[in-house]
Amino acid sequence: MTNRQIIYSLLFLLGTGSPLYSQRYIAEKGQISFYSDGAIEDITAVNNNVTSLFTGSTGAVAFSVPIKDFEFEKKLMREHFNDKYMESTRFPRSTFAGTITGYSMDASGAQRVRAKGKLTIHGIVKEIDVPGSLEVRNGAVLVKTRFTVLIADYGIKIPQILWQNVSEEIQITVDLTFNQK
Amino acid sequence: MRPLIAILFSLIVVSGYGQEDLLNELEKAQGEQTDYAIQTFKGTRVINGHSIETKPGGALEFIISHRFGTLNSGSYNLWGLDASTIRLGLEYGITDQFGVGVGRSSLDKSYDAYLKYKLLRQSSGVRSFPFTLTVLGSTQYKTNKSGADEGLSTSDRTSYSFQALIARKFSPGFSFQVAPVLVHRNAVDQNFFVNDLIALGLGTRARITRSLSVHLEYYARLNEKENNPNFDALGIGIDIETGGHVFQLVFTNTLGMMERIVVAETNEDFWDGDIHFGFNITRTFQLSRKARSAGTDW
Repeated sequence: MTNRQIIYSLLFLLGTGSPLYSQRYIAEKGQISFYSDGAIEDITAVNNNVTSLFTGSTGAVAFSVPIKDFEFEKKLMREHFNDKYMESTRFPRSTFAGTITGYSMDASGAQRVRAKGKLTIHGIVKEIDVPGSLEVRNGAVLVKTRFTVLIADYGIKIPQILWQNVSEEIQITVDLTFNQK
Repeated sequence: MRPLIAILFSLIVVSGYGQEDLLNELEKAQGEQTDYAIQTFKGTRVINGHSIETKPGGALEFIISHRFGTLNSGSYNLWGLDASTIRLGLEYGITDQFGVGVGRSSLDKSYDAYLKYKLLRQSSGVRSFPFTLTVLGSTQYKTNKSGADEGLSTSDRTSYSFQALIARKFSPGFSFQVAPVLVHRNAVDQNFFVNDLIALGLGTRARITRSLSVHLEYYARLNEKENNPNFDALGIGIDIETGGHVFQLVFTNTLGMMERIVVAETNEDFWDGDIHFGFNITRTFQLSRKARSAGTDW
């Protein structure tokens, strides 16, 4: 390439890749909760320490969830969750990397969108495609979704002797509020 | 052609800045955290003695411990199952690190009470520390009025113990504990025993499956008189954990379920077959929903 072409390229890069145009957003105290509808005991856990990045221009989104930060009603459950099921010493974080489609950054009100990408739980990566909502409000971007995962898909085994009965299907709720970076 | 190459070049660079890079950026932004070791032991006891574990803040544990007679007592006694020694205990977590417990043993009709504080926690990551240290102070009082214990004064019935419990979870499957202990008895026959007995407790946990582990525990007395008739306490056990319960099935040569008897008054020989089958069963109840937490990290 000639010098001129390199300059063109750099100019182009500046135009498309600059923070101003790519609309980069961050959510630092996002919330993810899950719910297990057991036969004997319902289990809910909330994590308020989710960090997420979102690029408004491309729809690229990623979040990371520290497993140890899930809070349960019973503290012992949290220890079992980390020690026996999620093995959080080996797999300290669950992550998602994907794309949100079907929205306009200029529209007002909640928009129905889809998020597609790779969800990693317990070290196992699965492609997911889930519905959700996105709303641009006062410069912030609100993203919500609720979907279910099968714990068997992610190699998490529940021992038969556990009569407190953990459900095989876990409902996950994601609630993120992004602010411009 | 040339501008097209330039555009393509740009697109490649820009599209490279996609989802995966966001994820990498995230990991960098979050940085390394401090990861505290949890469940070094499943229960608050290794076998007869304490483990480093305390109850979480607001959690109450009910412990029923049983020791039957010795296996070598023959079929007439159903290998010990006819005889039974029991301790009923409660342990409550005031914070995640600080606990208090009370208990009552049928042996010598004894009451015991203790305070347990997790001083240092094993951690990795930003703040890294190699082991967990829990300190334990307990007092025991025997109310037994029969036999030689008939005329004992209140002071003579009382004993104390102080213990430092040091443990490391080497891997999810293996934990090891070293626990020096001092047992002070106000009244002993000084021809055979010392008032201040020092012993070194060793304990270990090896995981078989996620809910099942094997435990070993040994208390070596270090300064007892040569001519004392007692033995070091040795125990081997299986831990089964299910939700809020821990079942420990144990084989041991002591009837003690608190420090004084385990460390200082074990009078049977494991290697001679004086082995008691027994169990500890615990049930944990979470009393307060939002308990005060001394540690904010997890």
